[in-house]
Amino acid sequence: MNRFQQLFSDVNKKAFVPFFMLGDPSVDESFELIKAAIDAGADALELGFPFSDPMADGPVIQASAERAIKAGCDYDSCIALLKKIRAYADLPIGLLLYYNLLYRRHDAYQELARVGVDAVLVADMPKEESKEHEAMLAQHGLGCIHLVAPNTPKARAAEIMSRATAFAYVIGRYGTTGVSDRLADDLADRIQGLKALSDCPLVVGFGVSSSEDVQAIFDAGGRGAIIGSAITKIIEKNCGNILEAKKSITTLVESCVKTGE
Amino acid sequence: MLKKYFGDYGGMFVPETLVAPLKEVEQAFIAIQDDDVFQRELQDLLVNYAGRSTPLTHAKNLSKIAGCNIYLKREDLLHGGAHKTNNTLGQALLAKRMGKTRIIAETGAGQHGVATAMAGALLGIPVDVYMGSIDVARQAMNVERMKLFGATVHSVDSGSATLKDAINDALRDWVTNVENTYYCFGTAAGPYPFPSLVAYMQRVIGVEAREQILEMAGALPDAAFACVGGGSNAIGLFSGFLEDDTVQLFGAEAAGEGLSSHKHAATLLKGDLGVFHGMLSKFVQDADGQIAQTHSVSAGLDYPGIGPEHVLLQEKERVTYLGVTDEEALNAFELIAKQEGILAAFESCHAVALAMREAKRFSKDANLLINVSGRGDKDLESYVRLRGAV
Repeated sequence: MNRFQQLFSDVNKKAFVPFFMLGDPSVDESFELIKAAIDAGADALELGFPFSDPMADGPVIQASAERAIKAGCDYDSCIALLKKIRAYADLPIGLLLYYNLLYRRHDAYQELARVGVDAVLVADMPKEESKEHEAMLAQHGLGCIHLVAPNTPKARAAEIMSRATAFAYVIGRYGTTGVSDRLADDLADRIQGLKALSDCPLVVGFGVSSSEDVQAIFDAGGRGAIIGSAITKIIEKNCGNILEAKKSITTLVESCVKTGE
Repeated sequence: MLKKYFGDYGGMFVPETLVAPLKEVEQAFIAIQDDDVFQRELQDLLVNYAGRSTPLTHAKNLSKIAGCNIYLKREDLLHGGAHKTNNTLGQALLAKRMGKTRIIAETGAGQHGVATAMAGALLGIPVDVYMGSIDVARQAMNVERMKLFGATVHSVDSGSATLKDAINDALRDWVTNVENTYYCFGTAAGPYPFPSLVAYMQRVIGVEAREQILEMAGALPDAAFACVGGGSNAIGLFSGFLEDDTVQLFGAEAAGEGLSSHKHAATLLKGDLGVFHGMLSKFVQDADGQIAQTHSVSAGLDYPGIGPEHVLLQEKERVTYLGVTDEEALNAFELIAKQEGILAAFESCHAVALAMREAKRFSKDANLLINVSGRGDKDLESYVRLRGAV
């Protein structure tokens, strides 16, 4: 059983999952920040590989990827960081990346499994294109995370969730990451609708920025909540002051984790 | 006319939110192919609004220099100043039929932005255009034209601030405004069904050119030349001749400051397979798969990707793709102006330069066909800046 399946095997478990762009603001500082989130009790991690053209992301994550690339965080650095994180903690690790990075990497899946990644989400790969990807994940014991969008029809959502072996990442609202800081009004209804279709754990991201949002998602039946841009904004604001960034991240993660207890 | 894959290339690699709108475009595209009302309306616009058919010109002075017959397909004379209008009239009609109330577009040289803004003005649909800030500066005249047609132009500063980044931001807009917005994609690339849809709208170039050269020269051309950025004017021209085995096909890629310089946009010649902008195709990228910043004097060719059908045509060796440098393109810009009195776009001048270079391989009674995909008024300012006052 992979770590995400273990995490969600307790049906009452509510998971708070912070997102970090690997290598932002630098490879070493990135580890320090992620460590702070782990120490503050994060239930799992969603980690991004910086990509030159993150077309599903809003300005905050774009700038984050740019900082990481500028700081010299290439694919090898991401792998090294993942190893370090895995050596430090045993929590579930999901990756969020753009397909070209995986497509270009020799033996990518084998390598990710080896460094202790538990599941992978490819931002630009709908189910129509994902057969081979899913097979590779399964072959290497990696979990599959698929996106469910606000405009995904029911039958399609059911199929997507049946193929998401780790969890379904429910896109909270239309738009790119981090542009709006409020949850969509119909989110609770959508979560209920999706729950009726499948037992697949639902983890909500996009438009989630505070412990209040996390609470609302848990109340609505979401098994997990992801905060990305709000954390990245903290990093952006405190680029020159890593201690301050660690402090703010600790506070945010602690308040969100408490929500789920 | 609806292919999801061209050999191994193409596909629909997009975030889940864009699947539904792309399927909506697919269904609408299937429906209009057999819809007489739509076809009549489009035909009427192409003829009576845009001025089709465009002429075929026997370029006698260029022919003398080339040592064989040069024919020019004059898409520069199409309303809007480039072949882009073929596509935007078709897609804007499609958007209207789908009940969309807003159109977005990306643009490099500004020609697709202008053509979309024009179609939006004509059909009464608001248009938002995304354009890299570098392109906004080097194609300032086209920005003014778009604004005059009522479009909102968004200058994009991220990444390389050119066409690729404009596409990124247009996609971001689309994910946000999926329900009421139609994305009028400018070239025969991107996610399915755009490569097929845009090729369908542009095939008129090849259909006309084939008829015209048969009538004028009494024979099929020995070779046909087009520039390749994303590949829409080229696929339009080539589609008329793909079944004619005797017609050699040439695509001119932007070699910028040289193919060995890293300052080029020669995707087919120097790029590698990858997945980006919704398609499995070739891209100029680094070993990790980070998309590279390209360079070309012509904004319309300054793109690190290429339509998937071109990758297949290259693989099948049906089309020969060769590089043309900035320098060669500028020389061709001067040549076609001085010899024929035609101001051709920097993009199209890549095709002119390639044809003039390859001409020596043909006998003196050979007929070479060049697609002059757009007019060069937009490039005059850049020309003066690069080469000094005329």
